[in-house]
Amino acid sequence: MRREGLLNLVLALLLLALPFAAQMLGEPFYVTLATRMAILALAAVGLNLALGFGGLVSFGHAAFFGIGGYAAGILASHAFNAEPLLGLPGTDQMPVIWLVAALVCALVALPIGAISLRTSGVYFIMITLAFAQMVYYFAVSWPAYGGEDGLSITVRNGFPGLNTANPLSFFLVCYAVLMAALVLMWRIRDSRFGAALQAARQNDTRVAAIGIRPYHIRLAAFVISAVVTGIAGALFADLNRFVSPSMMSWQMSGELIVLIILGGTGRLFGPVAGAILYVLLEFALGGLTERWQFFLGFILLGVVLFARGGIIGVLAGKARHG
Amino acid sequence: MADPILDIRDLSKSFGGLKATDGVSLDLRAGEIHALIGPNGAGKTTLIHQISGGLRPDAGSIRFLGQDVLGLGVAARARLGLGRTFQISSLALEFSALRNVMLAVQGRQGSSFRFFANVMADTSLTEPAMAALDRVGLAGRAAVPAAELSHGERRQLEIAIALALGSRALLLDEPMAGMGQEGSRALTRLLDALRAEAPILLVEHDMDAVFALADRISVLVYGRIVASGAVEDIRNNPDVRQAYLGASA
Repeated sequence: MRREGLLNLVLALLLLALPFAAQMLGEPFYVTLATRMAILALAAVGLNLALGFGGLVSFGHAAFFGIGGYAAGILASHAFNAEPLLGLPGTDQMPVIWLVAALVCALVALPIGAISLRTSGVYFIMITLAFAQMVYYFAVSWPAYGGEDGLSITVRNGFPGLNTANPLSFFLVCYAVLMAALVLMWRIRDSRFGAALQAARQNDTRVAAIGIRPYHIRLAAFVISAVVTGIAGALFADLNRFVSPSMMSWQMSGELIVLIILGGTGRLFGPVAGAILYVLLEFALGGLTERWQFFLGFILLGVVLFARGGIIGVLAGKARHG
Repeated sequence: MADPILDIRDLSKSFGGLKATDGVSLDLRAGEIHALIGPNGAGKTTLIHQISGGLRPDAGSIRFLGQDVLGLGVAARARLGLGRTFQISSLALEFSALRNVMLAVQGRQGSSFRFFANVMADTSLTEPAMAALDRVGLAGRAAVPAAELSHGERRQLEIAIALALGSRALLLDEPMAGMGQEGSRALTRLLDALRAEAPILLVEHDMDAVFALADRISVLVYGRIVASGAVEDIRNNPDVRQAYLGASA
């Protein structure tokens, strides 16, 4: 446990140091790379609550990632064009956008979770995928916000007191949100709710036999998980100043799962380790060949066969629960 | 006589053409151990499943503490105080023994939607959990993950969980199964002391334990209760000897 804590600290500091080092070396592109790591890590931190702690393999979290992205894009475009949305003005302020992204994701995740959680195993994977595909095709066929072509964000949304056009400031915003989410997950993991959730993953018959309904616990976890991934989506749209249905594609859902498996399933910093490695590989191998995912496949194979615990598992050993 | 804690009337359950439970009536009174015996396939576990709420009977009634519980699920019946152990140990294997029991305390308190406070610092969970572990003799193994406990220790842990639930009645499905002699004796002593706290419906193959513990015995054969009564009556009942105890008894 102590070793894991130390490793987590190193990972957090490493990610924080990266953009500053890049800035000093005069390589501003690496700041963007670090921001991408932070945002993908945040999205995967969200999914990790359902998948890692709850054992709910959602293959549809890209839907929430995309919904968050569209929340940013749509609100920004209304603000930019000074057109009201449902009688309210748009906004280019991130905190408001995050709130809207969180609310919409919760509202969408509630019925999706309520239905999907009546199944388990392969059926749960397939039904979450099916819902995400529905959301994806809805975005593709909705012309008001660009349809298949996506929607550009003309000016990156703002944060009170900061100039978010500065890549380093924007990185710090993303990093702060990531850290806040990690603190939240750390508290949840060790709480009563977390105990029930993790126990339901291990043995849901037992959990029911002691008077706790696993369904309610899982539904709450699924919704919180979707909200965190949705906020990551809003940041991702701001990073690229662009949102399109591809954020909701099943490949994106798969990518988030891969991040978690690489880093360590059900480990607090697993998604962070996974995102750092994934983006590094994407950058290093992607520079050599367009088919870099071929090599990613080998790495994933190695992790699944020889290092189930992912990076965190290899470096910090098995998880111990109190 | 006071009303029974658990009162089962005319319970029936069929799987296709097989009558797994065929008009079973039995009750459990305060302070007693009521043993349910019968050959393999007699429908003992099926009956336990119906009582605990995992399986819906086709007909009949189940009253617990005077309340009809047929419409309630497993979790709701557990909250009312109907505790059970499983024929095959059913635990959160990655969790320590202590955390397994703490989860039961949490279930009893009905407060799983707390997201921030660390459970290990919560004495309202840890103290009752430690007390329950102590009662079954597992206090020294509190920090060991359930996966690393021996078979016998897991059975003890199951009982600690049922205790921590504050169960008003216990359904124990073959608690002695797979235990060594020493373990069986220790468990027999424990159950003997427990009956005053919560009456026990005991499904068990270990006849030494049954005869040592039971106040009453019911014999289930092919889904029907063929005999029910005090230990001596059952021991000497010729039908029972033929159907179940065989020549060895």
